[in-house]
Amino acid sequence: MLLNIKGIMPGMVSKANKSPLPPFNKRGMRGDFKPGRFRWRKAKERLIASFFFFNGMVSIIILAGIFSLLFSEGLPAFKEIHFSDFLQSTWNPTSYVKATYGLGAIMVSTLMVTFGALLIAVPVGLACAAYLAEIASPRVREVLKPIIEILAGIPSVVLGFLGIVVVNPLIARAFGMPNGLNALNGCILLAIMSLPTIISLSEDAIAAVPKTHKDASLALGASRWQTLVRVTIPSALSGIIASIMLGMGRAIGETMTVLMATGNAQAMPHSFLDAVRTMTATIAIELGEVPFGSAHYHALFVIGFVLFVMTFLVNLVSDIILQKYQEVEQ
Amino acid sequence: MAEEAKIWTEGLNFFYGASQALHDINIKISPHNVTAFIGPSGCGKSTFLRCLNRMNETIVGTRIEGKVFIDGHDIYDRSVDVVDIRRRVGMVFQKSNPFPKSIFDNVAYGLRIGGLKDKDKLAEIVEKALIDAAIWDEVKDRLQESAMGLSGGQQQRLCIARALAVEPEVLLMDEPASALDPIATQRIEELIHQLKEKYTIVIVTHNMQQAARVSDITAFFYLGRIIEVDDTETIFTRPKLKQTEDYITGRFG
Ligand SMILES: Nc1ncnc2c1ncn2[C@@H]1O[C@H](COP(=O)(O)OP(=O)(O)OP(=O)(O)O)[C@@H](O)[C@H]1O
Ligand SMILES: [Mg+2]
Repeated sequence: MLLNIKGIMPGMVSKANKSPLPPFNKRGMRGDFKPGRFRWRKAKERLIASFFFFNGMVSIIILAGIFSLLFSEGLPAFKEIHFSDFLQSTWNPTSYVKATYGLGAIMVSTLMVTFGALLIAVPVGLACAAYLAEIASPRVREVLKPIIEILAGIPSVVLGFLGIVVVNPLIARAFGMPNGLNALNGCILLAIMSLPTIISLSEDAIAAVPKTHKDASLALGASRWQTLVRVTIPSALSGIIASIMLGMGRAIGETMTVLMATGNAQAMPHSFLDAVRTMTATIAIELGEVPFGSAHYHALFVIGFVLFVMTFLVNLVSDIILQKYQEVEQ
Repeated sequence: MAEEAKIWTEGLNFFYGASQALHDINIKISPHNVTAFIGPSGCGKSTFLRCLNRMNETIVGTRIEGKVFIDGHDIYDRSVDVVDIRRRVGMVFQKSNPFPKSIFDNVAYGLRIGGLKDKDKLAEIVEKALIDAAIWDEVKDRLQESAMGLSGGQQQRLCIARALAVEPEVLLMDEPASALDPIATQRIEELIHQLKEKYTIVIVTHNMQQAARVSDITAFFYLGRIIEVDDTETIFTRPKLKQTEDYITGRFG
């Protein structure tokens, strides 16, 4: 076949130099290097770097401070209470018979309420986020998203009211019980509480997935649903997990709502319909009335310390999962 | 164009919002042929390609008028399932877009979507697709590594392999060799030659020699219209219109 291709190279047109930069000198450089300016730029870079380093350090120092406070206030408890006492199930330091300091029940309660809340909030939150990011029209999204974000600002006391006035009778009727102040109630409230965080951040993560990924999937004959489940959500997973962690952080540390709505029983719970008392609620209820410096006082710090370690572990584990996952993804 | 056409369009207009990108496109694309679309940048080649597997519908604010037929069925008819169309009409995008998954999972994606679970069968098809796309030797030892770690040219061939794995009837390739070295380019061109036994192939290219080498029919696009369409031989030796000749010979504009 005859191909006659010419004139493809564009002509070397030389135009008058209209560039704002200084003109080229004989050596083909735009002006000379100025060491002074270079040094100043380097100093500036270093200054900025150390500024960010300092800020990073501040948060670490605060964290270490909290850790050491809990540790040093908690440690004296072991002078009077044996370590194995903490491993018992029941927490009842003010008992007339024998003070017990078992962390079992309150730890189980905290875990039950927290993970129960996530069990509700994660599927609902993800579905909402996917709806907002992928299905809702832009107008619907613009209305719904700010509303959901406002929900995040509801004070926990108000949610506690909700638990007592609305959720409480609902549960009582549904399960035929005298009242509905139990772990399930706490789960529902904490789910409501962590939903805005999960929805809002997950929606951001899902919306940030490049369209080219989705196009690739659709062009291979995947349905919208398959694309969402197999491409969009996995691509957004780090953001989604971060949102769940934040939601969980809110749930595990929440005090007022669970204190109001979960019934405050110190016995080991056996189901979600048992009344429970979480670690946070225990500290909140007792710290104000306990004699300063007593064994009970220090034991409350032990609870705080354990709670701190628990949140730390949860974050660590999710970080490791995320890292493993990202090794494959990137 | 002896046989009945595989794809044809009737009075196709396409709009991005208010601006019209395609004007009255009427073209017949024959089965078991390679059809090349050539034309200057921005003339609507990719847009037209996307009309053929309804990928334009993923862009908000677009509108299409006219009809596109595949095997005699209007693919824009309400009764047609878009998933079906896209399974039959595969596409290699202008910009490589591998999934942030492993190399293997990228190629297996379409198969798994289609419900194939058998591990051996998957591995077999994936290997064949990668061999066909001239990338097997480079990736056979790293199938479980992320596709994002591949070079630009490797990603491009991976995307070709991904499209091949599901064996579509029609393959739309938007500049499939733009990032490839001469050797890989040659192998892709050989592949296109082989594939036309089974498939109908449409290729967009800025490389005139490539169009001349691989295609049977060439269509010249300009400003959203098809200016001339004919046997490749004719287009490159005796084009009827001066505009076409000017573009092919590089005397354009
Ligand atoms: N998503 C979009 N939104 C709005 N306008 C678009 C969009 N995509 C393409 N266009 C416009 O439609 C026209 C045709 O674009 P198209 O991508 O089809 O050109 P092309 O022939 O493929 O060019 P190239 O060779 O550079 O890939 C161009 O004017 C372009 O600006
Ligand atoms: Mg294009």
